[in-house]
Amino acid sequence: MIRMERGYRQGARAMLPLVVPVVGFGVAFGVLAREAGMGVLAPVVMSATTFAGSAQFAAASILEVGGSAAAAIAAALLLNARYTPIGLTVAGAIEGPGWLRLLRSQLIADESWAIATTREGVDGGRLIGAGLVLYATWVTSTLVGALGARVIGDPETLGLDAAFPAVFVALLAPQLKGRRAPLAAALGALIALALLPWAPAGVPVIAATAAILVGWSR
Amino acid sequence: MKVWLVVAAVGAGTALLKAAGPVFLDRRPMPPRLQRMLTLLAPACLAALILVQVLEGDEGIVLDERLLGVGAAIVAAAFRAPIWVTVGVAAAVTALARLI
Repeated sequence: MIRMERGYRQGARAMLPLVVPVVGFGVAFGVLAREAGMGVLAPVVMSATTFAGSAQFAAASILEVGGSAAAAIAAALLLNARYTPIGLTVAGAIEGPGWLRLLRSQLIADESWAIATTREGVDGGRLIGAGLVLYATWVTSTLVGALGARVIGDPETLGLDAAFPAVFVALLAPQLKGRRAPLAAALGALIALALLPWAPAGVPVIAATAAILVGWSR
Repeated sequence: MKVWLVVAAVGAGTALLKAAGPVFLDRRPMPPRLQRMLTLLAPACLAALILVQVLEGDEGIVLDERLLGVGAAIVAAAFRAPIWVTVGVAAAVTALARLI
């Protein structure tokens, strides 16, 4: 329990460098969703229940250009399909009865999972601490954007779109030890690169999970 | 109506996708091979996410200032800079390159 609490704090602190970029994109999502005719409440509910930036942007963009509900739903769920393999790595790390694991698993997002992942596996405490900071920031900034307040400039002018891959670089670097991890990373990147020009959004990352097959044999 | 249908379906679907592992794989010991492979999911998935987020455009691949920013982040990470430095350097370099 004490270990878990230390994990909360470590995870929450590790998320702090990402707060400004997350606010930038949360506000941008709120603004886009409002322009797409989603109103104020729906984007906030979406941030609170879906809690996955790229899928939310995809759904709102499709609605904005008059696309069908089915197209928006399919695009968003395809982007989020990676959370099932990601969830498998979290399975042993979060505790409690089924309903609590269901709730806690909702804090899985790319950033919180990356922060929670150490070479020994996923740390449940770090996932929850990082996830709660990310969740509070994401939902609040969506509300701000949906209300029409541009509290922060255009995220791209500020270079904030480079902040997310940068944090993944920072979290990937210490994991590239041994023989197989660098191989899996290189293969994952190659698969994604091969699919990116033509596959629907979301597919390159899901397909890249096949790179874990380099661990098939000892 | 359409908006709320999308919000409800994407929210419920995503909740299931996230919860499947943690809810249904409780304590059942995983076969060692699967365990070994899952430890490789982080490097594989993070590398793919980096690549997609740096190169993704509205249609296909776009090479732009993000490359410089993330290149700077790789240098910072190679020198074991703290995360906030790595993130700050990437954003600053990208923003500066766009300004020029």
